[in-house]
Amino acid sequence: MAISGVLRPGFIQIRVLDMPAAVEHYTKRVGLHQVTEGPDGRVYLKAADEFDHHSIVLRRADHAGVDMMAFKCLEDADLDRFEKRIADYGYAVDHVKAGDQPGLGRRIGFTIASGHRIELFAQSEQSDPMPRVHNPDVWEHEPHGMAARRFDHALLYGPDIERNLDFFTKVLDFKCAERVDMPDGLLAIWLTCGMKAHDLAFVKHPEPNKLHHVSFDLENWGAVGHAADIITRYDISIDIGPTRHGITRGQTIYFFDPSGNRDEVFAGGYTYYPDLPTRTWDETQIGKGIFYYERQLNDAFLSVVT
Amino acid sequence: MAAERFTITVSGHGAGTGYAHERLLVALERAQGFGHLRDLPRRLPVGCRRGGCGVCRIRVEGGEYRSDPMSRAHISAEEEASGVVLACCIYPLSDLSLRLEPPVTVKANGRVAAL
Ligand code: FES
Ligand SMILES: [Fe+2]
Repeated sequence: MAISGVLRPGFIQIRVLDMPAAVEHYTKRVGLHQVTEGPDGRVYLKAADEFDHHSIVLRRADHAGVDMMAFKCLEDADLDRFEKRIADYGYAVDHVKAGDQPGLGRRIGFTIASGHRIELFAQSEQSDPMPRVHNPDVWEHEPHGMAARRFDHALLYGPDIERNLDFFTKVLDFKCAERVDMPDGLLAIWLTCGMKAHDLAFVKHPEPNKLHHVSFDLENWGAVGHAADIITRYDISIDIGPTRHGITRGQTIYFFDPSGNRDEVFAGGYTYYPDLPTRTWDETQIGKGIFYYERQLNDAFLSVVT
Repeated sequence: MAAERFTITVSGHGAGTGYAHERLLVALERAQGFGHLRDLPRRLPVGCRRGGCGVCRIRVEGGEYRSDPMSRAHISAEEEASGVVLACCIYPLSDLSLRLEPPVTVKANGRVAAL
């Protein structure tokens, strides 16, 4: 097994102001399915192409943003190994019992330098809908809405991302696929734990623990165009796109959920191998790096977060 | 029946039209697009248009409106009661006049910090 330890983004828990509006957005428009609602009112969603129990958790709150992002590890013993390495690095590790979220085993959690809570888990039940494993069709359930295939990655904003880079590469065995260095220092990093160009990204920002976007994988550029049609048809608030990122090369649209959390639909992106060098960007080309066709940042990129 | 249409005035900078079913921020974006807002102290702040990011704070100086829920990280209940609101979360019920307010973060202790 070449990929071990941290495998991929497992789930992200986001705060929403209006639960029925959020559920309608993520199920009917983005194209996810509701798995269940917990006794505390949290709603658990997944894409039909995912096997694990859920990948998006919605929690009703009076302000938007992110509660935590969790990564799935290959085996339960990974949690003990990572707990020791995280504690040795100097971060306090806490434990969440199996069953806190339906279908999930035990999790370990900790807070990183940018103020975000990160969790690791290894056990998940499977839930419907999911792909068939014997003589599978390309889909079991005909895709609907934007036809999201999985929760792909998140971009988080906060201070001290140098320390996040050090932590994720030294302690959780991530690699840095791309980075942006401004004259006054590191502005952004794209981190991968597998073979995607990124699983998690950070942009330097004065306020800790902010969410820039939650991203969903689509099949191709045609699916991104269809997502754009849905965004206009249902008057979903648009940020930018369809366009492309120079960084990761993904084809993309940024838009907002009914609570103002930014979502992304994303297709493509190059294949990353752990021996590849880190690609670097500077101040003069950052516009092209973020929005390849516009070649400049829009007003919202650095300032609009939840 | 025609949609209810109102005049939205940004004090000292011009006016546009707004509709009872339309988020006020969207009316302001249209007014800006038509060149009806002049010499704003800064660019019209447009972010999520859904009450989460807090960039579109305004003070309503006159007129009636209704509101959607808006992030308490950016507008306290006291502010909302006094007419400081997120423009993307209100809908006009009459002609309105307003001015732009700088975005802030409302801390857990109720203190307010510049964004
Ligand atoms: S534009 Fe984000 S709160 Fe109004
Ligand atoms: Fe992204």
